[in-house]
Amino acid sequence: MDERSGESHLIVDVAGLTKIYEGKQRVTAVDNIDLAVEKGELFGLLGPNGAGKTTTISICTTRARATSGTVLIAGVDVAKEPSRARLNIGVVPQYNTLDRSLTIFENLYYHCKYFGFSSKDATGRSNQLLEQFHLGERGKSYPQQLSGGLQQRVQIARAIAHRPAVLFLDEPSAGLDPQSRIAMWEAVRELRNEAITVVLTTHYMEEADELCGRVAIVDHGKVLALDSPTNLKRNLGAATVIALKLRELTGTAGLVASLEKDELVTSVEQTPEGVRIFAKAMDGLLPRLLETVQPYGLRDIAVSETSLETVFIRLTGRDLRE
Amino acid sequence: MLTAFAGLLLRDFRVLRRELGPFALRIVMQPLLFLFVFTYVFPHMNQGASANPLASAGGVALGTVLLPGLMAVAIMFTGIAAVALPLSQEFGITREIDDRVMCPLPVEAVAFEKVCFSALQSILGALLVFPLAYYIPSVPVQAHVSNWFLLVAVLVLASLVAGALGLAIGSNVKPQQIGLIFSIVVIPITFLGCVYYPWGMLGHIRWLQIAVLLNPIVYMSEGLRASLTPGVPHMPSGYILLALLVSFAILGKLGLNGFMRRVIS
Repeated sequence: MDERSGESHLIVDVAGLTKIYEGKQRVTAVDNIDLAVEKGELFGLLGPNGAGKTTTISICTTRARATSGTVLIAGVDVAKEPSRARLNIGVVPQYNTLDRSLTIFENLYYHCKYFGFSSKDATGRSNQLLEQFHLGERGKSYPQQLSGGLQQRVQIARAIAHRPAVLFLDEPSAGLDPQSRIAMWEAVRELRNEAITVVLTTHYMEEADELCGRVAIVDHGKVLALDSPTNLKRNLGAATVIALKLRELTGTAGLVASLEKDELVTSVEQTPEGVRIFAKAMDGLLPRLLETVQPYGLRDIAVSETSLETVFIRLTGRDLRE
Repeated sequence: MLTAFAGLLLRDFRVLRRELGPFALRIVMQPLLFLFVFTYVFPHMNQGASANPLASAGGVALGTVLLPGLMAVAIMFTGIAAVALPLSQEFGITREIDDRVMCPLPVEAVAFEKVCFSALQSILGALLVFPLAYYIPSVPVQAHVSNWFLLVAVLVLASLVAGALGLAIGSNVKPQQIGLIFSIVVIPITFLGCVYYPWGMLGHIRWLQIAVLLNPIVYMSEGLRASLTPGVPHMPSGYILLALLVSFAILGKLGLNGFMRRVIS
């Protein structure tokens, strides 16, 4: 995966990327990240807020300058030739950036004009996109007249209007209701038919699991793991994570030792409020577990089935939403 | 490259076409009332009397002094309305400019396009004010263009300066503070911009005459005076053009720096 020579099929090629914000507080937002995304992939950056996902995307899309490291988009260095690199980049940022002074059709039409389309081609492409994204009868509306979900769809349509090699979606489902989120997933999946490469950031593990072929789990500006969701879960997920909150926290070291003896338990770690157990299965374990922890006063028990969430907990010792 | 720039201009034309009515009203209202009250109503109230201090300036009819001055104000206000207000909104709240920043052009070109389009509107604004300032005053205005090259040069340069001023304000000021900027920047530079009096007449207040040289509006008014109403005392045109160029360079640099800071982190 690290063959930097195979440039031709690498659409996004990130090497040693670091971004440090100097200021009152020196913040390392991105810490020596390497990524290689191939043509046609649907690639996810999964991590909590503040993990450095948006900064990474900003650098890839020429909107932030890297402190060190390089990013090549379809072979073009974004720092050296930002204008040329933008020809191959489509972006849907976290916030709505539709042009409020223009209709939906005009948002698409003028976007095409910015990329040098002739009037005829721009009209054709805009109409085709309205159709493709089921926005047909909305062409004459203004963005403010559309629901959040529809506006998001227009943003995606606009971002791919100039047929970029890669589409960056930054937290595409933030602020969407569940129904619009599913519609958005649908739209993103259909992009694969156009052989467009997609890189998305998210802190919803369902989203990464549902959409992405490969996922990089990031935290504190570093890539902690990178694989397909299936492999990540198989190799790192344990089977089940059981989090116990206890009233009595003194002597939990002894508890950890005794829990680890159970054949169904893979490993146990202490948390500020109790213990976290990584188990192979739940069946049969629970009664024994309850008995063992009884002296410590069980306050709360939370069970998570294998998911990218448990992978993340495994890697960082923290919850994605913490 | 050029097609992308043209695309940005086309987009702005589309938006302007939709708002042509409000655009014209915004430009025309202030000079219309100003001229009506000071060069039509006042003279009629003091028929024959010389009690009105504004009735003449250095032996020249007020209307003749105001024609270039009000055109300069129209140019400046248009620059602010066309660039500063929308840009401050787009940076501070809606982030609409993002899509244009992502087009295949150097980011500086996106800022320059704003200035160019604003300059076009400023020229339009100045041309709208001309008939008002020419026909409303009750004492006939003595306008005469002896040097067309000078007029065009001043008009274009002044409009670019206004656009650069708009860019400097729009990309450095938060939307909440735009109102404040009007009170502490826009109003003072208008009143002290030799709009209502020629610069030469400030000679009686020497310190002020020197202080206002920092104000770019002075050169817009004086430049238009030199090219439209050469009968009124005015600065030498060479200095005016030079000062306009320097103002454009300084304001443009300030604006561009602010723009880049807002767009690239």
